[in-house]
Amino acid sequence: MTSIVEYALVFALACFVIGMGLATYRLSTGPTMADRVLALDSMYVNGMLILLTLGLQFASPVYFDIAMLICIFGFVGSVAMAKFLLRGEVIEP
Amino acid sequence: MMEQMPLWAEIIVSLLLVISGFFALTGSLGLIRLRDFYSRIHAPTLGNTLSAFCLVLSTIIISFVTKHSFAAHTLLISFFLILTSPITAMLLMRAAIKRELLRELKKTSEQE
Repeated sequence: MTSIVEYALVFALACFVIGMGLATYRLSTGPTMADRVLALDSMYVNGMLILLTLGLQFASPVYFDIAMLICIFGFVGSVAMAKFLLRGEVIEP
Repeated sequence: MMEQMPLWAEIIVSLLLVISGFFALTGSLGLIRLRDFYSRIHAPTLGNTLSAFCLVLSTIIISFVTKHSFAAHTLLISFFLILTSPITAMLLMRAAIKRELLRELKKTSEQE
């Protein structure tokens, strides 16, 4: 089956993977700690987009639940790391 | 694999997918091209939100055309991302400003 949607799916998947690679570069050579946390934030959003694209490609509804879970827990992780950078501890007494 | 779709749906869906990939790539390129952190934080948050919205829209169109059902639960992902992306950016910005102030304070106290 050769439709233009398949080519568009492959293009979008390649773009997300390249974006994830660039975020990995920023994660390894970030000058400050906030840069690294920002790169990790960008990486989880890119991984979520990759999962959504794979769910379109394989026509399976399981991927959307995984993407939703990654969206929620990635946000929690990013906020926890930002709070740690801000205060020095995550849960204050 | 996917079922057969009419031509207008294929064109709209592939256009949305290409726009989504392009914006995600632009956001990640801005992450490594821009100079300091305060300008670097703008690129991924904006680009990723828009690209997730375009991808979710194409998902909704595909499920509407092939299965004749309105699957709006994937819109929840886009809604949640729009809600949470500015919060993360704001917290990271405050953390970066505070750490820079602390570093300058330490530098001036070492000079005296």
